[in-house]
Amino acid sequence: MTLRSFMQEAVSPWMKNEGPDADIVISTRIRLARNLENVPFPLVAAEEQLQSVYTGTADHFDQRSHRRFGTFSMLPMQSLAGNEKRILVEKHLISPNLARENQHRGVLLSEDESISIMVNEEDHFRTQCLLSGLQLEEGLKAANTIDDWMESKLDLAFDERRGYLTSCPTNVGTGLRSSVMMHLPGLVITNQLNRIIPAINQLGLVVRGIYGEGSEALGSLYQISNQKTLGNAEEDIIKDLKHVVTQLIQHERDARRQLQEHSLNQLEDRVYRSYGILSYSRRMESKEAMERLSDVRLGIDLGILPEVGAEILNELMVMTQPGFLQQYAGMSLEAEERDQRRAALIRERLLMETTQEESDGGGDE
Amino acid sequence: MLCQECEEREASLHFTKIINGEKTEVHLCGVCAKDKGDYLPGGKSFSIHQLLSGLLDSGQGKQTKQEGTRQARQRRPELKCGTCGMTYRRFAEVGRFGCADCYEQFDEKLDPVFQRIHGSTQHTGKVPKRKGEDMHVYRELESLRQQMQQKIEEEEFEEAASLRDKIRGLEESLKEKGGGAS
Ligand SMILES: [Zn+2]
Ligand SMILES: [Zn+2]
Repeated sequence: MTLRSFMQEAVSPWMKNEGPDADIVISTRIRLARNLENVPFPLVAAEEQLQSVYTGTADHFDQRSHRRFGTFSMLPMQSLAGNEKRILVEKHLISPNLARENQHRGVLLSEDESISIMVNEEDHFRTQCLLSGLQLEEGLKAANTIDDWMESKLDLAFDERRGYLTSCPTNVGTGLRSSVMMHLPGLVITNQLNRIIPAINQLGLVVRGIYGEGSEALGSLYQISNQKTLGNAEEDIIKDLKHVVTQLIQHERDARRQLQEHSLNQLEDRVYRSYGILSYSRRMESKEAMERLSDVRLGIDLGILPEVGAEILNELMVMTQPGFLQQYAGMSLEAEERDQRRAALIRERLLMETTQEESDGGGDE
Repeated sequence: MLCQECEEREASLHFTKIINGEKTEVHLCGVCAKDKGDYLPGGKSFSIHQLLSGLLDSGQGKQTKQEGTRQARQRRPELKCGTCGMTYRRFAEVGRFGCADCYEQFDEKLDPVFQRIHGSTQHTGKVPKRKGEDMHVYRELESLRQQMQQKIEEEEFEEAASLRDKIRGLEESLKEKGGGAS
């Protein structure tokens, strides 16, 4: 059954650590907000209007094949278990808001999960393309292709002056939010990021921590995205973002080099301590897991831990979330139990790295 | 809408106060809000939406005193979207449009809103294929006209003339299509 395959195939393409600059850019996300012309937006729409949007979308796109992205499948929120929804959130395929809903809500997923279309979230459609590494142009192209496909079958709300009309005035125009998830431990350790963020904000871009609350960014993971959606063409929005991200990558590389040159011993100590803790601990809170994984990943990128694959950060930051842990355990877990399972899962995953290394003699498959 | 305190000036601060689980909506102008210092931003009671709604409403605060008092005497009928029933006031509170037609219905108030959020009021990006076939041509025309003006100012008349011919050609093609399609 397709639903099962969606759930059990835990690794989405964006977690695979491929693509340009994947040592620093974890993933690229392009989102387009779209609405139908003649139906009130979901927050205001009546029950039967939501239903008509949902069924109309399913009729056009569920189990339909797109020549480039394969078959799309609609997952209705109503028929998903709580934990299945949670996993979709943890994989960044749907928003927590959509997961809270049931009736007449769903997500259309492409076979490889690189494309997801939320139906009846805040807007009728939220099309998302999620790719590994820095791939803004590719992401926009893919999202546009899907957008054209949808537009060929649906009457989308568009105004010559205001562009694509959205529920929230902050999305009007292009409806485009482009964002890049970056791993910036070098800039965090050398205390440079706090200085850089205000400068980025001045350029109309938003920087925020991905995990953790408020300004706290767990695991040195940050998301940079455009704020303005009206007035600039999509290509220009992406170009501006890419310009800043490219500079950030440069700064991060410089910071890492600095650390290697001037504090290699401290750096190695930090990496090996975290690696040791991840390899042997019996309880692990998600907060600590994120920090340790970030250290280990930095060690991998700098050649300190050559035997471990770089994709463990991307994979484990998702698979150590509560939904995945419960899926893996096959039952629901209390916080306490989750900490034990999390530690076990990380140990198991790290062991896989070293045993695989021995069995196939270090060749990379 | 008018400030609930003085009933004279336009309210520019809108928020929901919750005391002992009792919700009260508060609408104040800047002056009265200052008097009641506890309502001013910086207090922790402001959510993002409340801040956004303050932002949205600021578009209508620019009227003269005279208009303000006239309005106090005779309340202007509220802006309301005939399609979905959303009022401008409600829109300013929740920070969300109700439907595509709201944009048209609230149009007179939206330029300053978009200007503040986006620094722009005009979409220049993607145009849907089916709906916007002609729009590509209009945009092209607009750009050609600007170029032509530029050339005239620079006294590059030959180039201006060739741009003019291009413009005519496009205008013709639009006319033909308009005649045939309708
Ligand atoms: Zn007042
Ligand atoms: Zn409306």
